[in-house]
Amino acid sequence: MSMTENTATSLNAAAANSAPTQGGALLSARDIEVAYSGKVALSGVSLDILPNQVTALIGPSGCGKSTFLRCLNRMNDVIPGAKVSGEIMFDGHDILGADIDVVSLRRRVGMVFQKPNPFPKSIYDNIAYGPKIHGLAPNRDALDVIVRDSLERAGLWGEVHDRLKSPGTSLSGGQQQRLCIARAIAVKPDLILMDEPCSSLDPIATARIEELIDELRERYTIIIVTHSMQQAARVSQKTAFFYLGELVETGETDDIFTRPADKRTQAYITGRVG
Amino acid sequence: MTDTTEPTALLTAIDLTARDARVRKRHRAELRFRGYGIFSIGVAVAALLWLFTSLAVGGAGAVYTTYIKIDVHLDQTVIDPDATGDAAVFAKASYQSLIRSGLRNHFPGVTGRRDQRALNGLVTLAAPYLLRDIVLDDPALIGTKTGIWILASDEADLIARGKGTKRSTKSRNDGQAAWIAELRSQDRVERRFNWQFFTGGDSREPELAGILVAMIGSVLSLLVCFAVAFPVGVLAAVYLQEFARRTWITTLFEVNINNLAAVPSIIFGLLGLYIFLNVLHLPRSAPLVGGLVLALMTLPTIIIASRAALQSVPESIRDGALAVGASRVQAIFHHVVPIALPGMMTGTILGMARALGETAPLLMIGMVAFIVDVPKSILDPATALPVQIFLWADSPERAFVDKTSAAILVLLGFMVLMNAGAVLIRNRFEVRL
Repeated sequence: MSMTENTATSLNAAAANSAPTQGGALLSARDIEVAYSGKVALSGVSLDILPNQVTALIGPSGCGKSTFLRCLNRMNDVIPGAKVSGEIMFDGHDILGADIDVVSLRRRVGMVFQKPNPFPKSIYDNIAYGPKIHGLAPNRDALDVIVRDSLERAGLWGEVHDRLKSPGTSLSGGQQQRLCIARAIAVKPDLILMDEPCSSLDPIATARIEELIDELRERYTIIIVTHSMQQAARVSQKTAFFYLGELVETGETDDIFTRPADKRTQAYITGRVG
Repeated sequence: MTDTTEPTALLTAIDLTARDARVRKRHRAELRFRGYGIFSIGVAVAALLWLFTSLAVGGAGAVYTTYIKIDVHLDQTVIDPDATGDAAVFAKASYQSLIRSGLRNHFPGVTGRRDQRALNGLVTLAAPYLLRDIVLDDPALIGTKTGIWILASDEADLIARGKGTKRSTKSRNDGQAAWIAELRSQDRVERRFNWQFFTGGDSREPELAGILVAMIGSVLSLLVCFAVAFPVGVLAAVYLQEFARRTWITTLFEVNINNLAAVPSIIFGLLGLYIFLNVLHLPRSAPLVGGLVLALMTLPTIIIASRAALQSVPESIRDGALAVGASRVQAIFHHVVPIALPGMMTGTILGMARALGETAPLLMIGMVAFIVDVPKSILDPATALPVQIFLWADSPERAFVDKTSAAILVLLGFMVLMNAGAVLIRNRFEVRL
């Protein structure tokens, strides 16, 4: 299928190709509705994601922002009873379509989770696993290059270059999360989804990740779910506010935080709701 | 200010006395509970110690055995009358008469059929074969009169150890006791390590009976059991836990697997008897069939243990693998199964340790046979350790009591080894998350 054919071309181009679909958007979601065992968690969400920007999804707990995020790489497929409807156009295809190969989709749409989840393997193997299964490295040297490259981009190379063989789980929480980011980068995705990546980290490690997100924006498009409005304000260019399973408002981050159009947004960012 | 502080101070004072009483009561309750715990553990330890001591005392009787030194005249006219020097000729000679005349020479006073029978009963029935082997090893002995150490019979062994035998009449017993006492005074009675017990098969004569056939039978059966049950059990567990959709059919499977784990093992023996022997016509009494039956029996245990091991792998590992684009099969076989494997192995070994101790299913498929020859493959007839214990415990000869103890010790040794292996695997390969 074209999805797999595109893999080859997008490989080298990485984010640069980011073939804009509609109005320059890398990805556009239309009328997304998600129900878990018949209970609607999210409805009527339409959102365009622009390339090389950080989009923050904010909102109180249970508002559907993580649910929306998990639609974008079909991770909701894993949850029994989850039903997703609507349309998400990415690179000319509706990724919710039945004919989509989720494996190639997830190669192009990476994900970083709330809690760092490195594999209980060596640091090297953590990074090398993705490229290996996708056949991105023709030989050992190429794999070494990818590992080094990914760790450098995740700002971890300096800290771990002399102990690539030690287990990924032996790193500190912040390092583990950067390892997970490096693991996501290693398969050369176009889009990286981050689901509250700093929620289990201390302020210093959080600051480190936030810097990293800003650097990564040059090559990748990033969507980040966060509970911290300060974080959203610091790292994102676009912000989308979710409330009770709906997308209330979306726009430039500066506008959302200074001149929110909707009363509910204003209530949330001023701390009256949530 | 005083209004508020005074009542509070009073209240605290009252509370303190009441609280002290409560604290003392709580401490007493904790002490009492600790006492109950120590007592319970003491009972368990005492029972275990009792079991092991009685087994060790009995087992020692089987591990050492008595030899008697008899001066035998290896008469050339009996062994090799034509002076051929041919081993084939030596082998056919009547060594029994040589031993008997040797015994008579020691006790010339013994006359009468009955007493002579008792005298001949001092050495094992297999004495002629043992003597033949000695002569075949060293033909230079022919024609000489030498003191030869001969394995004592089970009766003589028991008497030498100061125990009576049930089988013999009292007079026969007394006569034998006197002779042994006399031999002992001449330094002609010796206790030696009983190699026969660890290198021989079963025998009607306790002094010749060995446990090797049962050990090899058990090992071969367990190998077959592992080779069949482990892959099947693990794959079934992986499918049920990771791939199968939750429907009423999978629920039904789950309930039935849990029930199967509790089914009495003799039922599995009957199933094996029907399927493997009557339908498939596999060889009777063979470790192959024994292993297959034990595999059927162990399968539910392995599936349950493996599913528990899979369930304990955090969901975040699956998510992480799927998110970098691993397929479901890749995520499970590259990441989840390796983490769960030590748990699966532990469950399997514990299940097999249970299978090692099973007698009932093996009785049904004929592994209860009297087997003398050491099995060379999984198709040769064999018996198993617990069955051997059952057989010996059932034998009338008093000397088999000791053999039974020793066999139980061997079986327990195997179990300790397997359980230690399980602990070792768990500690060695457990993945830290």
